[in-house]
Amino acid sequence: MDEFLLRAAAAGVGIAAISGALGCFLVWRRMAFFGDTLSHSALLGVAAGIFLNVGAPIAALALCLGVAALYARLERHATLASDTLLAVIAHGTLAAGVIAVSILAPRGAGLEAWLFGDLLAVGRAELQLIAAVGLVVAVTAAFCWRAWLAIAVDEDLARIEGVAVERARMLQLLCIAALIGVAMNVVGVLLVTALLIVPPAAARALSRSPEQMAALGALLGAVAVLGGLWLSLVVDTPTGPSVVAAACALFALCHAGAALRRR
Amino acid sequence: MSRPFLLEAREISFRAGEQLILDRVSLRLHEEEILTLIGPNGAGKTTLLKLLIGLATPSSGSVWRREALRVGYMPQKLHVDAALPLSAGRFLQIAERDMSRVREVAAEVGVERLLKTPLAGVSGGELQRLLLARALLRSPELLLLDEPVQGVDVAGQAELYALIREVRSRHRCAVLMISHDLHVVMASTDTVLCLNRHVCCAGRPEVVSHDPAYLQLFGRHAAEQMAVYTHHHDHAHDLQGNVIGEHRHG
Repeated sequence: MDEFLLRAAAAGVGIAAISGALGCFLVWRRMAFFGDTLSHSALLGVAAGIFLNVGAPIAALALCLGVAALYARLERHATLASDTLLAVIAHGTLAAGVIAVSILAPRGAGLEAWLFGDLLAVGRAELQLIAAVGLVVAVTAAFCWRAWLAIAVDEDLARIEGVAVERARMLQLLCIAALIGVAMNVVGVLLVTALLIVPPAAARALSRSPEQMAALGALLGAVAVLGGLWLSLVVDTPTGPSVVAAACALFALCHAGAALRRR
Repeated sequence: MSRPFLLEAREISFRAGEQLILDRVSLRLHEEEILTLIGPNGAGKTTLLKLLIGLATPSSGSVWRREALRVGYMPQKLHVDAALPLSAGRFLQIAERDMSRVREVAAEVGVERLLKTPLAGVSGGELQRLLLARALLRSPELLLLDEPVQGVDVAGQAELYALIREVRSRHRCAVLMISHDLHVVMASTDTVLCLNRHVCCAGRPEVVSHDPAYLQLFGRHAAEQMAVYTHHHDHAHDLQGNVIGEHRHG
């Protein structure tokens, strides 16, 4: 097999597996749209990265955190519903990001790759970064699992029982932002939350415990990446959207299967 | 009461934006005391409970709690998203890893057979019992109950109140409860605190029920109801039984 293909598969499977587990918390806490907002704002981070000459993932991570802090602040004082606020931030940062990237990288060079991802172009350095970030996120998630689950069930009860709620939430946010920062290469900023949301949503149909759902989410995410890569090779479709399409097909399959079994 | 106290609120006020939710509330809770908060909707009862256990911070005033006070808290509502696959047993295990202890406490409140049931599939009364079990897993010195019989049918309400009384006398913990059931308040409370943003009146239930501030707040009908139940203090169970019977056949 070609080396670029192996790299793509390794990067994609690694990211999808961690996203599939971590994304459960977004699904449980009804934060899917929050993830979208973070990922759309990542493009503005990419532009800042080009401008400041730092790595795109690092700049994207920084911007995700900034946006999360901004949102937390606005939400406390706003008269608008939180999903309206998220939409304003998501579209605002995406538009600003597209404008900034097209000014900084003339002739639209790379813009499409940032929007839709370019898994097949993942280089050795990027793969190393993905491995490093993936490892840190996975270890953090394992360490925080109990606290995160307690918070997902009920924050007040978690606090009474001695969970450091603020710290745990901050760590979770950092993990999600870091994951988005490195996952942009796989499916692009427009679709990156799909890896966080769709596999756990598919896994829900087959799970009886939180841990089962996380494990299945990770597995289904990995399968979606391999399926998308295969589709892209055989039919020559764009890789990122193919991965997301594969994940959505798995979602339909899992839920249809569960519905049939219930009858 | 001469027993040492577990917590004290000194002139606490709480504001949400412009709105004053609580206005200089003071109270003391002693060991093994049962204190019930009553008051109309929007009186700030839940907010006061949260301030007392540090789930919120007062805008002014201070709360003192005995050092390392173990608190069990039964919130008014539990919203677990249906997307989270969680059995009742796993829900309890969030508070206590040791499954044998989870089983023991679950048996105490009568939910042992539910441990494998998905949380989404339990009834209102069962959910309240599970919440009580989770609070008890903390071996609390203080049990806080925010409208513990909410969403429970009438028959279940009496059972649940009986269970709370039983649990309290077994664990010898103090109880701070929000309740709308005035007859229950009368039957099994040491102190009643009537709240409407500020403390309207507080004291032993039979004293509070004759307080002009209480009469004004709850109206004559409710006040009379409470007075009736005072007289039948010893027969709380019979009375509850009658109410249940009427409800079922009527």
